Amino acid sequence: MTDKKIPAGSWVQIETTILEAGKRAEHLPEETKKQPLMMWVKGFLEKDAFIGEQVSVTTIIGRKMEGKLMAENPPYRHTFGRAIPELLSVGSELRELIKKGGR
Amino acid sequence: MNGRNYNEVMARKNEIMKKALGLDYNEFEGKGISFDYEGMMNKAGYSIEEVQKIQESTSVGNTPLLELKNLTRAARTLAGPGKGARIFLKDEASSPSGSFKARRASVSCHYAAEKGYPGVIAATSGNYGAAVASQANMRNLKSIIVQEVFDSRGFGQPEILEKGRKCEAYGAEVMQLTVGPELFYLFLLTLEDTGFFNASLYTPFGIAGIETLGYELTEQVRQRCDRDPDAVVVTHAGGGNLTGTARGMAKAGVKDARIVSASVDLSGLHMASDIDFNKKSFTTGHTGFGVPFATWPDRADVPRNAARPLRYMERYVTVSQGEVFYVTEALAQIEGLERGPAGNTSLTAAFAVAQEMNEDEVVVVQETEYTGAGKHVTAQLTFARENGIEIRRGDPADQVPGKNIIIPDKASVIGIKEIDSDKLRQSYIRNCVKNNGIKPSDISEEEILFLAEEVNRDVSFVRENLEKI
Repeated sequence: MTDKKIPAGSWVQIETTILEAGKRAEHLPEETKKQPLMMWVKGFLEKDAFIGEQVSVTTIIGRKMEGKLMAENPPYRHTFGRAIPELLSVGSELRELIKKGGR
Repeated sequence: MNGRNYNEVMARKNEIMKKALGLDYNEFEGKGISFDYEGMMNKAGYSIEEVQKIQESTSVGNTPLLELKNLTRAARTLAGPGKGARIFLKDEASSPSGSFKARRASVSCHYAAEKGYPGVIAATSGNYGAAVASQANMRNLKSIIVQEVFDSRGFGQPEILEKGRKCEAYGAEVMQLTVGPELFYLFLLTLEDTGFFNASLYTPFGIAGIETLGYELTEQVRQRCDRDPDAVVVTHAGGGNLTGTARGMAKAGVKDARIVSASVDLSGLHMASDIDFNKKSFTTGHTGFGVPFATWPDRADVPRNAARPLRYMERYVTVSQGEVFYVTEALAQIEGLERGPAGNTSLTAAFAVAQEMNEDEVVVVQETEYTGAGKHVTAQLTFARENGIEIRRGDPADQVPGKNIIIPDKASVIGIKEIDSDKLRQSYIRNCVKNNGIKPSDISEEEILFLAEEVNRDVSFVRENLEKI
């Protein structure tokens, strides 16, 4: 738990356990079965709370949901990654091929 | 109050579905294992003219058909004399939400609005989520998207993270889950809690929405090339893309175009495995969906799946992840089009198929999808490296899904692997018998006729395969 109290009305992410590890469906691979089925959803925090506390939120479409407070306005962290050295010469190789073919 | 635990909710599946679809599938059930597929499509679906109108009203469809001249030149250089068909690409990335899925969502959202549902829900980790959210906005409906995103370490597939962001950008509520098919349980529960419409990919609406794609591409090829398309390559996952496109082409009067289904080969990776989940670089368009949905379509989130790929599948081929990445790079580098990568599965197969065809013939790749952070060659390959996947140039024949990704060392090694579609037909018949818990000897004539339609083969094919069980 961090010290910073997150004020009511903040855009936050909460976590809920949908199925405990022992209650997963049959016929799942073992590695999946031994994990709980978890869910994350975002909404507006109902009351001031600390990270880790059980809270209520109202989602963007107005549904009430409950769960463990995980983060205040978590960023989108997915990126374009890095250039892929193995692909850098594909363009010039193909231009060379087309030139050679002359069709 | 209804019970909310897993078994209780799953037991209410049919009841929940009926309310959430406004459709009673029992109406189409026939004798035993059979059901009236065309009856369902006609009664619940819309005519192609109606779908065109619905789609026009939310700016869906009429996407451009682009000729890929440099890729055609490259294919001709590699092909024998007189070989190398003209390659065209239907640029579905220009749809409102960036993929052909807008077509599927458009009809569902129209129907949901007409029937007075307050909102729509879709269970999807793909482009369909954004399509539903976007179309819902145009119809003043709320939307909820349920996604499988994270492994148990909390690592999200970058492509799915991007799709989630896009849904949130459209104002959808996004429920993000860890790996597991019980997502369906939460989906049912949410349908029940909200009274929203089940905007499944697999309703007759979802399929009718794609028919315009097959119809349009045919008209465009006729206009541009003064002939029917000779071959159309379709990325195959759940089967809707293939089913809808083939039906639309038939409605446009196409008689003998070759329709080629293509998937990325992910053999060996388990789709419900928490470990395998982030070892793949394609989240759709792969064999992990393509094969199971062909051999048992009714595994979907509706009582009867309107996507029935074996009715339309004649040729099914696979390509490797590395080959699709190479061709995606080629599309950017020599055609000046940054698209995909998952949507370029069919383009990769088409590059090989074009080389088998004559120069005066036309092959159409029937979709593209938008690209962006997370959903890009560089994003996927960076993520693959971080997850211990080896990436190198070489011969794609050496690929092992989940272990390595082999970028072709030259364009000439890009090829397709054939999957024997008759084997899939045999599996379908076996699954149908097994999943319905019946004895092959108890199957009536009517049911045999149904099976023959299902696998698009004659009754003797069905009888032979029933005898083998």
